[in-house]
Amino acid sequence: MYDRLTIHQKQAFWAWVFLAVPVVFFIVVRFYPTFDAAWISLTNWSLFREPKFIGLANYKEMFQDPVFWKVFANTFKYLALGLPVSLLISFTVAYYLDRVRFMHGLIRGLYFVPYLTTAVAMAWVWRWFYQPVPIGLFNDALSAVGLPQQPFLRSVDQALPSVLAPAIWAGLGFQVIIFLAGLRAIPETYYEAARIDGVGAWTILWEITLPLLKPTLLFLIVISSIGFLRIFDQVYNMTVDGQGGPLNATRPLVLNIYNSAFVDYDMGYATAQTMVLFLVLLVITIVQLRLLRSK
Amino acid sequence: MTLRTMIASAALGAALLSTPAVAVEIEYWQYYFEGRVTAIDQLIEQFEAENPDITVKHTHFPYAQYRTKVAAAVMAGEGPDVVQLYYGWLPDFMKAGLLQPLPAEVFDPATIDAEYFPIVGRMKIDGQYYGLPTAVRSLAMFYNKDLFKKAGLDPESPPATYAELVEAAKAIAEHDSAGNLLVAGITATPVAQDAHWWREVLIRQHGGTPYSDDGRTVTYNTPEGAAALHDYTDMFMVHDATEYGFMNESQASFAAQRAGILIDGSFRIGAVQQMEGLDWGVAPLPTQNGVASNYASYWVNGITRGTEGEELEASLKFLEFITRPEAMQLWLDVVGELPARPEVALTEGNLANPVYGPFLAGLDGAQTTEFVNESAQRQIWLDMIDRINIGGVSVEDSLAEAAAAEQKLIDEFHAE
Repeated sequence: MYDRLTIHQKQAFWAWVFLAVPVVFFIVVRFYPTFDAAWISLTNWSLFREPKFIGLANYKEMFQDPVFWKVFANTFKYLALGLPVSLLISFTVAYYLDRVRFMHGLIRGLYFVPYLTTAVAMAWVWRWFYQPVPIGLFNDALSAVGLPQQPFLRSVDQALPSVLAPAIWAGLGFQVIIFLAGLRAIPETYYEAARIDGVGAWTILWEITLPLLKPTLLFLIVISSIGFLRIFDQVYNMTVDGQGGPLNATRPLVLNIYNSAFVDYDMGYATAQTMVLFLVLLVITIVQLRLLRSK
Repeated sequence: MTLRTMIASAALGAALLSTPAVAVEIEYWQYYFEGRVTAIDQLIEQFEAENPDITVKHTHFPYAQYRTKVAAAVMAGEGPDVVQLYYGWLPDFMKAGLLQPLPAEVFDPATIDAEYFPIVGRMKIDGQYYGLPTAVRSLAMFYNKDLFKKAGLDPESPPATYAELVEAAKAIAEHDSAGNLLVAGITATPVAQDAHWWREVLIRQHGGTPYSDDGRTVTYNTPEGAAALHDYTDMFMVHDATEYGFMNESQASFAAQRAGILIDGSFRIGAVQQMEGLDWGVAPLPTQNGVASNYASYWVNGITRGTEGEELEASLKFLEFITRPEAMQLWLDVVGELPARPEVALTEGNLANPVYGPFLAGLDGAQTTEFVNESAQRQIWLDMIDRINIGGVSVEDSLAEAAAAEQKLIDEFHAE
């Protein structure tokens, strides 16, 4: 049988044999749970009872729950604040770091260190930074220069940006490295040509660097968006009892899902929220790919 | 009693008297807390010496994951034979049938009623006990004698009434020139026993009750409940005696000598004893309107539903062993938690002990709260305080909102 195959068929056969491993992996670990989750979201399964089909009741409950809408809005606040701020900072750093030759490797390494640090440890250190005097670093500094203390994590308005700050800071190293690689990939000849024509630095940035960075930017936007929409570690470790307080001011959708599943044991309701998050991530990713792919 | 259970019990009773022929291993689960782990290890060693054919495997997890892991494991038919559970989780676990009743031949309900503190009665459902504690905990007031002296207060006569508590806390509190709190008169943080102090002590001292007797109705949305809530929140909203959330955890500021008074459970004794350079004392909770009250809680040891045969025999033996008076005394010495049997707890020696004495005295007439979902109910309390502290909501309105949310939770639990 095998002997009668042509060389192309044999190649195809072996390609599929090797491909089978990741395909099986994806089916078992990714696709099956996704479809199973869709089913669970239509049941009232909790850790304490067998699942029973209840139709769309979980979704109905979810859309009527003010807490769900609050965390839904929070999730987008993380994205809307985190994405532009982090990209702006990381691009600025990468842009100037690209020009630095003195101790370039060391500086680059230093920017990358936070990315390697455990999010939990980092979140706790930042949590202490935000405390009031006498133990909080930031408030000690403010008091030292005669400024009033800020509540930071103890304020419904300041808490979300305060939780976001370490997340941005930690992700910075990764974004800088990717931007640097993107910047290095732009052929030097374009810049030479521009300089010969006497074009200013600003124009070079807008007309050459940024357009040619588009693939890099696209990659970072997609990856970072998903990251901000799935923020969890920082919130869980920086708020009281990991509840995303005060008064749900910092609770993202992922934490709400976690609470429904592992505090209330309401797996059906948690899965229904997961399906919403899945759809949101899917739509955002597709939209971003479309927008940035077009000429 | 049906014929089947009679035969089963008879067989069990007979089996308990005979020695199993082969070695059997049972698994014991609890959450990680250094003193508790040490105490159980010592008890297991003694138990295995007494029962050479039984091995007890001791497993522990961080508290944060404990409840979920137990629920998931027992539901899946895996996990421990004997398990330690917070009494407040029992309604959930019972509803799912995760525990089996303790056979009356080995643990006679009438004997337990007579020999244990009455709060343990919450573990008796339809005349059968589902779990027994080794130790119970109550609340008392830790105070820093140095800070009392510094504030011009007598360190040997700590506040005995709520009014004196306010005066002491105000005197101890220190602020810098900009008004920032440096030393708190009394602790008030989310990570503390404050909710219990309010529910079972302050409300009752104003003549109210937190819940109806059957635990199905929230009854704290009353002038008494509001007055009690004022007692708590006024400390940071009015008196400037503390700041809510000061230094993150109540025990942290107390350990750092930056808080004068800490209301906490007896399980904190061990940690306070290890706080270096701290000159501290323990006093009973302040009374108010002539009423003394306390909140008692406990962890029980229960046997999971899948346990049977030799494992069940061994588990029952182990459960009997760790609830003996000797085990309770060991638990007191190692962990600092109070014996669940009055005969062990209320000895003259223990009552005269300057540290345990106030906690033990508090057990008399202590209340336990019946929870349906302890985590969710705790969150309702935290949100209530946050609304008052930073949400600009009045005590009365915040209280009403909390009462409605908690009633809804309780109703949903019983509706299912």
